[in-house]
Amino acid sequence: MLKLGIAIVGLALLGALVGPALSPFDPASQELALRLATPSLSHPFGLDELGRDILARVLAGARISFLVGFTVVVVSASLGTMLGAVAGYFGGRIDDMISRVIDILLAFPGLLLAIALVAVLGPSLANVLFALTIIGWVGYARLVRGQVLRAREFEYVQAARALGASTPRILWKHIIPTAIPAVVVQATLGMAGAIIGEASLSFLGLGVQPPTPSWGTMLNGGRAHILDAPHLTLFPGLAIALLVLGLNFLGDGLRDRIDPRSNASR
Amino acid sequence: MARFLLRRLLLTIPVLIGVATLVFSLIHLVPGDPVQAMLGESASPQDVAQLRTKLGLDRPLLQQYASFARGVVHGDLGTSLRTNQPVTGIILERMPATMELAASAMVVAILFSIPLGIIAAVGKGTYVDHVATTVSLIGISMPTFWLGPLLAIVFSVWLGWFPVSGRGTVANLVLPAVTLGAPLAAILARMTRASVLEELRELYVMAARARGVSEARAVFAHAFRNSLIPIVTVIGLQFGSVLTGAVITETIFAWPGVGRLLVQSISARDYPAVQGCILLIAVTYVSMNLFIDMLYGFLDPRIRYE
Repeated sequence: MLKLGIAIVGLALLGALVGPALSPFDPASQELALRLATPSLSHPFGLDELGRDILARVLAGARISFLVGFTVVVVSASLGTMLGAVAGYFGGRIDDMISRVIDILLAFPGLLLAIALVAVLGPSLANVLFALTIIGWVGYARLVRGQVLRAREFEYVQAARALGASTPRILWKHIIPTAIPAVVVQATLGMAGAIIGEASLSFLGLGVQPPTPSWGTMLNGGRAHILDAPHLTLFPGLAIALLVLGLNFLGDGLRDRIDPRSNASR
Repeated sequence: MARFLLRRLLLTIPVLIGVATLVFSLIHLVPGDPVQAMLGESASPQDVAQLRTKLGLDRPLLQQYASFARGVVHGDLGTSLRTNQPVTGIILERMPATMELAASAMVVAILFSIPLGIIAAVGKGTYVDHVATTVSLIGISMPTFWLGPLLAIVFSVWLGWFPVSGRGTVANLVLPAVTLGAPLAAILARMTRASVLEELRELYVMAARARGVSEARAVFAHAFRNSLIPIVTVIGLQFGSVLTGAVITETIFAWPGVGRLLVQSISARDYPAVQGCILLIAVTYVSMNLFIDMLYGFLDPRIRYE
């Protein structure tokens, strides 16, 4: 499962990095005479409503997906880990305050808060990144807080404290590393979530704006042609599903490696 | 039990206040002048001033908040700028459609996932298990906004079995319910498999088998029954995903629910309606979590004394 995940994600990453350079077609160039043309040898995924090559746009869209996935995961994992560690280690009022903010953000199911934020801030890639990060850090903070609550009672942590190590050093050197494996698993699955999140917002017209190729925007454009040109919907959707499947395989595989108990129940 | 229920209820109050505060502050996050954004650049200064007064945005922030909170408590979420009707009324009008869709999606998910999860657990390691596990992972990875159009292409366009949009008949409900229920089914199938597997390893199941109880009875009457608690919890927690998924599913199938109202209100920059929809969905979700929490305490008495 882990190997299959690495293969799918690696292939998608390679496609995103070198694909647009190798593709003979520019994702923005139009052949209006051939608009909505079905897949052929020269255009394996066909052409869209403006006569643009769908394969070139899927490859260019992969860059947006990876950009969103990496950015959201890195920023939310860093922020969540830091706040979760602080809440778990210090406890008391700081923990109460951070935990209440987490509770409030968790009261908005799934993407709802991201939809609300982008609705008021305006549709753009930057706002999508901001909104997905706002809902993204909470999961990491909760996870790390739980791990830290356990780790702060470990004998080696108490020994470090007794030896006079500073709080930042204890957190950074002794406590946060215990949470890293769980954070890595969460980050892999979180990346899948961020990619679906961006595509969902773009599908609703709230994310990346045309003519920038994003898989969600392409699916939104394909809605109007679902009866006469289903290939507009088929290929970008397949790209999202495959990448997300790969990330889920990767996350599941990593979890199996890190947590033998979860492996046993599989 | 009464103390447990009261404590859970009291813990929900600060969350609801936080949710309402966040929803209130949404309009103040609009870059620039929210009133100008709602009316567009070409609006006259008189129209802008009139709407500002109507929305109460010309008053001090604290007064605005107090008036918003009072409105929420009394069920008054303001007036829609698009339809000029009370937001609460419009939402309540659309609510049955969303609830019908959400409930149908959950029924579809439960009917499909629980047998699949049990079969996978009982046949752990066999090809049936591998197929079930792969199907559920594909289900989790397949985004609603792709599955919906795919189902529409196959079952509406090619086969002509179901209508592609609208509401009113059972046929209208099938594709949206399957689209919305599929990711939930995938998650539930995985959860059911893991939960039943765990119970099957317990000593009481082994003891039941040693007493000569049939395999079906050991699985259904013993292991499955005890694995129901985590499954019920996941069903409750996933209700939130169903509500959010409804925003996309209703948009795909032109289903006249709250989700579609939210998207239409966003397009029209009808912020009072946007705030109302977000608040209502969040409060429904919090209430559902509270209900599940209480149910959990009822099903497992140990929880009450934690």
